[in-house]
Amino acid sequence: MGLSSRASNVRKNYSLKTLAAAGSNSHHLRHKALIRRGNDLASWRVGSLILCAFFGCCISGAFGQEATKVKIGFLRTAEQRTTISLIEQPAPNDGLAGAELAIDDNNTTGRFLNQTFSIDDVKLKPQDDAAAAVNALADQGVSLVIADLPPDQLLKAADTGRTRRMLFFNSGATDDRLREEDCRANVIHVAPTRSMLADGLAQYLVWKTWRKWFFVVGSHAKDKLWGDALKRSATRFGAKIVDERAFVDTGGARQTDSGIAQIQRQIPTFTQGAPDYDVLVAADESEVFAAYFPYRTYAPRPVAGSAGLVPTSWDPSMEQWGATQLQNRFMKKFSRRMTALDMQAWSAARMIGEGVTRTKSGDVQAIRTYLLSPDFALAAFKGQKLTLRPWNLQLRQPILLSDGRNITSISPQEGFLHQVSELDTLGYDQPETKCAFK
Amino acid sequence: MTRRTGCGMVLAMALFWLSAHAAFAAEAYISNEKSNTVSVLDTDKMEVTKTIKVGQRPRGIVMSKDGKFVAVAVGDDDTIQTIDTASKEVTGTLPSGPDPELLAFSPDGKTLYVANENDNTVTIIDVQSRAAMGEVPVGVEPEGMGISPDGKTVVCTSETSNMAHFIDIQSRDIVANVLVDSRPRFAEFKSDGSELWVSAEVGGTVSIIDPVKHVVTKKINFDIPGLRREAIQPVGINITKDGKAGFVMLGPANRVAVIDGNTHEVVKYLLVGQRVWHGAFTPDEKYLLVTNGISNDVSVIDVPSLKVTKSIQVGELPWGVAMTRQ
Repeated sequence: MGLSSRASNVRKNYSLKTLAAAGSNSHHLRHKALIRRGNDLASWRVGSLILCAFFGCCISGAFGQEATKVKIGFLRTAEQRTTISLIEQPAPNDGLAGAELAIDDNNTTGRFLNQTFSIDDVKLKPQDDAAAAVNALADQGVSLVIADLPPDQLLKAADTGRTRRMLFFNSGATDDRLREEDCRANVIHVAPTRSMLADGLAQYLVWKTWRKWFFVVGSHAKDKLWGDALKRSATRFGAKIVDERAFVDTGGARQTDSGIAQIQRQIPTFTQGAPDYDVLVAADESEVFAAYFPYRTYAPRPVAGSAGLVPTSWDPSMEQWGATQLQNRFMKKFSRRMTALDMQAWSAARMIGEGVTRTKSGDVQAIRTYLLSPDFALAAFKGQKLTLRPWNLQLRQPILLSDGRNITSISPQEGFLHQVSELDTLGYDQPETKCAFK
Repeated sequence: MTRRTGCGMVLAMALFWLSAHAAFAAEAYISNEKSNTVSVLDTDKMEVTKTIKVGQRPRGIVMSKDGKFVAVAVGDDDTIQTIDTASKEVTGTLPSGPDPELLAFSPDGKTLYVANENDNTVTIIDVQSRAAMGEVPVGVEPEGMGISPDGKTVVCTSETSNMAHFIDIQSRDIVANVLVDSRPRFAEFKSDGSELWVSAEVGGTVSIIDPVKHVVTKKINFDIPGLRREAIQPVGINITKDGKAGFVMLGPANRVAVIDGNTHEVVKYLLVGQRVWHGAFTPDEKYLLVTNGISNDVSVIDVPSLKVTKSIQVGELPWGVAMTRQ
C-alpha cells in the first residue's frame, strides 16, 4: 500500500508539453512497481505452471499436425440500452457481432496453422448469477472469456473464474475502478476507460482553445462517474468550468409524438443565464438529455461529451488506416454498421487470436504472458500498434472524436507528450495507479 | 553498424555507379491516390511532364515487362487500368477482384498477380487475353505481392493474419505461411532470390525471410532519436540489383532507412517528405524516387551519395511509383 499512497501524490496537472518533463524519478517508481507486481502475480503463475504441466503442454506438444481448438465464451447482459436517437438504438447483437467477425478473421488465419476458433454466447438476465454462468463455461472447457458486463458482475465473474484459471477480456465496462482499486490479474481491459475518453476529448478542446466549459451532468450514478472523469480532464489539461448544472432525470418516455415541441422550449430555458463559455460539455451516459442540446442551447455554442462531439473507441464512419476493409467485412456479414462495442469485442477476439497464433497454443497462461510481452502488438486500424499497460492490463489506444457523421479528430493531440507512450497521456498513468493485483 | 563500414559501403556503391552507364531518359509514373491521377515524371529533367486522369483511388502501380504499358490498381472502381507508355493515355482495363491494391507481374510478363483486400484472395490474370485465370485464397486483407526472380513463387502478405504466404505458381497451392510482425505491407525479393524482405507497418520491423527454408532469419528494427517507436511504420522496400543496399520507406517517420544488404544493419536515415510510402529506382539506379503522401511530393534520393537532392510536387496523396525499364 505504501506504493499506492506515494503514487497518488505524484498526480499533477498536465498541460501542453509538460508531460515530457516527468523524468527519471517516476522511472524509479515504475521499476519498484513492476517488482512488486511481479510478486503479486507469482502465485497465479505458479498455479498456471502446474496446470500447464497437467495438460497445457499436451496442447503445445500436439501443435503442428494436430488441431488447436479454441472456444471463447462471450458473456453479456440481456438488457437493452435505450437511446434518445432512434438511429443509435443498439442491435440485438451489438458487441457480439464484432467478436464473431474476429472469429472469422482468426479462422482464416488459423486455416494455415491448423487452429480453429469458435464462440459461445451467454446472455445473463438481471436475476442470473454471473458466477454460475462462469462455472458452466469452465465446465465446457472454456478458459478465455470476452465479457460485456456491468462492473460488479464482471468482478464476480472474474473472481469465480480465477479459481478455474480463466482469463477475461472486458469489452464493455469503461469504469476506471476496474483498472484501479478493483483491478484483477485475470482481467484484460479492451474497452477504454471514462478517463481515457474524457482526456481524448479534453485534449482536443484545449487544442481548439475552447477552454471555458459550461458543464451539465446527469443525475444517475454513471453520469456522475462520467462527469467526474470530464472534470478531472479539465483540471489536467487546463480547461475551466465556468458554470455547472445538474440535469435531473424525472422519468418519462424517450422521444414521444409531439415531444419535440416541448424540448425546443425546455432546453434554451435550461441553458439560459450561463456566463460566457466556449463549449457546453454534457455528462449523460444514461441518455436522458444530452442529445437534445445541439442546436437548442440558449447561446450558439457547440456541444461535446455525451452529444455533439463524442469521444469513442470506434465509429461507423471511421475509414483511416485501412479501416475501410474492416468496415466492409462487417457490413457484408451483418448488414449494419460497426459500433464501438463491436470494435471492442473484435479487438478482444483478435487479441486472443494473436495470442494463440503467436504462442501456437490455446494455453491461457501462455497467451497472457504473450499479450503482456513487448512482442505483442494489436493492429486495429488506429494508425499505430495497440499494447497493454502492464500495471493494470488496460489496452492503450487512440480515442476517436466523432460528430455522429464523421471523425473530427483523433487523440492524443499533437504536442501532448509522454516519456513512455503518447497514448499514456490518455487516462490514469502508471505513477497515479491504485492497482495492486490480488 | 559502424560509421566506417557505412562509409565503405557508400564508397563501394559510388565506384559501382561510376562504372555504370551514363543516365538516360526515363519516366516515372506516380499514382496519386486522392486526385485520381497518375503523374508522369521525366527523370532527366526531374519534372512532371504530364498528368493522366485515371479511375478512383489509384494505388498499386507497375510497369509491364516489355515497358509498353503501366498497370494501375484503381481500388474504388474495382478494376485495374492500363496506361500506354507511348501515348500516355488510359487504353484499357484488366479484370481483378474487388478493391485491388498491389499487383506484380510474373518475370515473363505474361501473368499479373493482384491482392484483393476485400475477399482475402489473390487473383491471377492472363495479360494477353485480359482474363482472370483463377484465385488463391489467402489470409485476411492480402496486400503486399512479391514474385521470386525465378518466377516459381509468388508471395502475398496478409495484413490482419500477419503472414507472408508462399504460393507455388505452377500448382497455385500455398506451400508455406511465415508469421511476421503486425500488418505486413510489402514483400520484395533480392534479385538473386536469396532473400525476401517483408515490412510490417504496425509492428515497425522488416523481416528477412529465407525463401527456401521459409523462416525469418533476421528482423530489422528502426531506432530514430527523438521519434517514438509507434511513429516508425515501414511500408515500401527497394533493393539494389546487386543486393548491397536496401531502402525502406518509414511512413509517418518521414524517413527512408538505408540498409546494408549483407549485414542488414541500418546505415543511415534520410529525411524526406511526410508519410513516405513507396519508391522506385531509375533504371541506372542512380536515383531513388519516393512518394510522400501528406506533403504531396516525390523526394529524389541520390543513391551513390545517399543524399536527398530534390523534391518534386505531384498530385494529392502520391502512393506508388512505376519506372521505365532498361
